[in-house]
Amino acid sequence: MSVARRSVAHRAGRAGQYLALCAYLVFLAFPLLWLVSTSFKSPQELGAIDPTWLPRSPSLDNYRDAFDAQPLLRSALNSALVAVSAALIAVTIAVPAAYVMVRFRSRISQAGTVWILISQMFPFVLVIIPLFLVLRNLHLINSLPGLVLVYVVWNLPFALWMLQGYVRAVPVELEEAAAMDGAGRLRTLVGVVLPMLTPGLVATLMFSFVTAWNEFFFALVLLKSPEKQTMSVILTHFIGAEGVADLGPLAAASVLATLPALLFFALLQRRLVGGMLAGAVKG
Amino acid sequence: MGARTSRAAAAALTLVVAAGCAGSGDGGADDGRITLEFLSLAWQEESVAANEALVAEWNAANPEVQVRYVQGSWDNIHDHLLTSFEGGEAADIIHDDASDLTDFANGGFLADLDGLLPDELRDDIPAESWATTTYDGGVYGVPFLQEPRVLIANTRLLEASGVRVPTTEQPWSWAEFEDASRALTVDEDDDGTPETYGVAWSMREPVAQSVNLSLTTGGQVFERQDGENVVRFGAADSAVAELVNRQVHEDGTAPEGSLGMSGSETLPGFFADRYAMVPLNFSFRQQVSQQAPDGFAWTVLPMPTGGPEHGLAQGVVPQTLSVAEDSEHQQAAVDFIAFLTRPEHAVDLALGDWMLPTSRTALTDPALNAAEDGWAVGSEIAAELRPSPVLGVRGYPEWKDKIATPAFQEYYAGALDLAGLRDELTDDGNRILDRYQR
Repeated sequence: MSVARRSVAHRAGRAGQYLALCAYLVFLAFPLLWLVSTSFKSPQELGAIDPTWLPRSPSLDNYRDAFDAQPLLRSALNSALVAVSAALIAVTIAVPAAYVMVRFRSRISQAGTVWILISQMFPFVLVIIPLFLVLRNLHLINSLPGLVLVYVVWNLPFALWMLQGYVRAVPVELEEAAAMDGAGRLRTLVGVVLPMLTPGLVATLMFSFVTAWNEFFFALVLLKSPEKQTMSVILTHFIGAEGVADLGPLAAASVLATLPALLFFALLQRRLVGGMLAGAVKG
Repeated sequence: MGARTSRAAAAALTLVVAAGCAGSGDGGADDGRITLEFLSLAWQEESVAANEALVAEWNAANPEVQVRYVQGSWDNIHDHLLTSFEGGEAADIIHDDASDLTDFANGGFLADLDGLLPDELRDDIPAESWATTTYDGGVYGVPFLQEPRVLIANTRLLEASGVRVPTTEQPWSWAEFEDASRALTVDEDDDGTPETYGVAWSMREPVAQSVNLSLTTGGQVFERQDGENVVRFGAADSAVAELVNRQVHEDGTAPEGSLGMSGSETLPGFFADRYAMVPLNFSFRQQVSQQAPDGFAWTVLPMPTGGPEHGLAQGVVPQTLSVAEDSEHQQAAVDFIAFLTRPEHAVDLALGDWMLPTSRTALTDPALNAAEDGWAVGSEIAAELRPSPVLGVRGYPEWKDKIATPAFQEYYAGALDLAGLRDELTDDGNRILDRYQR
């Protein structure tokens, strides 16, 4: 009898957990679903006092208008180019840097940690004018490589911070074992540490990609040519003075702007939860 | 994994190099041909199309002076321009609004157009509009589009109420407006919460409205004393603010809920008969025409007046076209601006943005005097519009953000009385302005 009661309680608990999980998912997904729903609504429906969950007469007009009004595809390609480049470069630099900062404790690595923390305190507005002048001297205004450089610099501190934690979690015994087998530092880093860092690398890549993909102000200020503008800048072209917006096309363009990031997550999320370290070292 | 990492790094570098090569090459001096950059903030589809068509027409007729159209964004425009100016990379021709010009003119970023502008253009735009872009004797922009506040009313409810429908020749007085709001307010079940409110004031951004509408009663909030800007908030300045407060908290003819809304957010309630009238900027008519349910009839009415001596005066902040001080081709840039603002072109731009041109000739165009969509009401008001008192006041943005916005919001919400509002606007407010005028 008591076993049965325990089983019922267990099931009820599990049901409660799933319920909470569902509620959390709804909470997370609601803005996205609402955005998708809005993108298929007519202007009249958007102006109705009782909002509808599902469009009454779904139409692709907003998508058509958005594509007609703005170069969405070109701006998406620019964004992808910049975000992927910035993410890859930031991670490529951050991996060896984080390794050195964790494994070789020195004043420099401590200073590096302080630098990371300090660099997170500067708001965009404070650095934009000096940054603009520096980039102008390097002839990198109005160029996508210039924007990539800015994003790499902007993302690097946090990427380093994230990766340090992952590097610290790699058992040093594995590296010692590799050294015993005759591997040098570089070989150890590439052949032993790097594979174990996969979840960390993926998480850092995702963070860097999404930050660069969403970034607006640097892209707005640094890119002048219409053909180089990124998606986040193009989206604001649907918004007028005093916040008046062309809501339907804006929603449609925003849905399209969200897709690459979702795709990127979908591709990489399995690696994120890989649990590579499980069972690597006994005891 | 090592090989994979190397490949990833190589791919990243390739991408960056490719990005650098793609689309490089700015238009500069080339065989004596010059290229001007035109940063436009037009955003509505028709308006962008009108701008692009005019740029194409100019480029076809002026092979030596080509103009490159760059679509900017109202979002963060001040910071965007400031950075470009400081970095010496601003566009030659800049679209903005007059409220931004004070700081940029003071900073020496904008060219003084006095002496560069053709006489026809100077004569075609009224002195009141030029006053919005003139500081210390210099002209720092061509005011070309403007929009007053108007009342957009539900035609069916207006007719059913039996109130006199105001015209630009015989507008409502504010007292008549209060009466009309009462007549339009319907509380059928008598529960104290009307099914239809006479008017919905959208006051998310309360300062510009409160200051600009104070002109209807002879107020102006900002005045010049001994060459300095001073905030005052006397009876004439506060009359409209008091009326709004009264409608919300005493008459019950305006809902408290709409005070936190933007103009766009009041429209669903307007279409659903919750609000019979909504005071909105003239260009909101486009949204109304797009979103109104089939068969919904709406009327554009002039804002009420404080009396015959004040006419239909209200403050406006026109959109402007300026030339960067750093531009090497200031005269060519002004020539393009003169082309863009020719009366026949100003009509196209105004229609595209659902706004009014400042050009007197353009205002006589039949398209801008059609009864449909209230165009005629706007054109008839145009001559009475005045520069917003906030223009030319250094420190206004800080006064607005730190003092006036919270103070007006508290006042309209009933958390602050008139004396408290006056104290905050003037005592703390003048301290801020003083700082900018030392």
